[in-house]
Amino acid sequence: MDLQSCVNIKKEWDIVGARQIGRDIAKKIGFGTVDQARIATAISELARNIYLYAGRGKVCFEAIDDLNHKGIRIIASDEGPGIRELTDVMEDGFSTSGGLGAGLPGVKRLMDEFDIKSEEGQGTEIKAVKWLR
Amino acid sequence: MDDKLKNIVLENSNEIVKLWLEEVHKNRTNDYTTNISEEMFESTNREFVNVIFTSIEKEDLSSDLDNYSERLLNLGWPLSYLTDGMQAFRRVTVDFILKQAETSDADYFSTVLRKVDDWVEPIIKQLVNKYSGNWENIVSLQRNALQELSAPLIPVMDNITIMPLIGTIDTERAKLIMENLLDGVIKHNADVVLIDITGVPVVDTMVAHHIIQASEAVRLIGSTCILVGIRPEIAQTIVNLGIDLGKFPTKSSLRKGFQSALELTNRKIETIQQDDAEIENLLDSLNRE
Repeated sequence: MDLQSCVNIKKEWDIVGARQIGRDIAKKIGFGTVDQARIATAISELARNIYLYAGRGKVCFEAIDDLNHKGIRIIASDEGPGIRELTDVMEDGFSTSGGLGAGLPGVKRLMDEFDIKSEEGQGTEIKAVKWLR
Repeated sequence: MDDKLKNIVLENSNEIVKLWLEEVHKNRTNDYTTNISEEMFESTNREFVNVIFTSIEKEDLSSDLDNYSERLLNLGWPLSYLTDGMQAFRRVTVDFILKQAETSDADYFSTVLRKVDDWVEPIIKQLVNKYSGNWENIVSLQRNALQELSAPLIPVMDNITIMPLIGTIDTERAKLIMENLLDGVIKHNADVVLIDITGVPVVDTMVAHHIIQASEAVRLIGSTCILVGIRPEIAQTIVNLGIDLGKFPTKSSLRKGFQSALELTNRKIETIQQDDAEIENLLDSLNRE
């Protein structure tokens, strides 16, 4: 990994900023338009979760360049209230805010690897990776 | 004491101006003003230093300063030119006064520093306020301009209305879309509304949620909503996200959507054959002659 950039999420428009930077990095790595849209959407979901539930946090991007494969890693972290119902939020249709409840399970499907760590009162960290094929 | 310092500065203004110009030129090499002509830079500097001296002499922020900053603003000079210039002036003036002084005691030193700061700070403050006020003004104008563009509704023909959406949809805009959509449907008496999302870069769960809500609301007031302009990559991400858009019709392009809107309102587009036949007859008769 030779490149890391972070976007702080405080306002709703920061979501757009994060999305644009993420999409640029994905384009540079060589992702096609469909995967770019997937990555941008995943970033959008993660950043929006931070904005909605934690209020503030950050989204970081890493370009992964190993010998055998390239990819992008998105790390969304906040120090918000954390997620109590960790198994529930990964179910489709579960939402505490009246949304569609497709965010986190959707991100998991959009990306190749997905890892979530959350502790109540401590915050949440989500790492998601998309490999270039 | 204060007046003494002021007099030193005013009496030696030529010397200070010379030092200041040297300082400013030194800073010029690697920055923003490189593409400005030498004469322009020179005359702007002269004017700048005159403005500074006038405001020191009058001990008041003159209207010259206002006019000057206004003009630089319109020419697009960066704020850093002015702040850097003021910093240079502060350095040069303090140096100059201290060199003149016979004494070297700390009191005198701090008095000089404080006095020069008293001259420099209000000017910097005024310049920064002027510039940032202008920026805020531009931002708010652009926000209004964006707002006007954000949710247009076009009644293309009787009973059919189109809402083309371009750009990012945030919560505020989603609200506007909903309001304009419902108002427009009632006002134009529309049976079918086409929402075109060709220009929406990312459709995430929030955007989808708002679109679903809007179309549901349109359905409640008795009209049909067709979602058009779904690009292939957007279709894939919607499927990946697991969003159910099955409750209302969707089409890949505005053209297809418009066709189904015509069908829904029991109309169709027909090419007028008659004219063609007439023209062919005319051509035939011309050929024969």
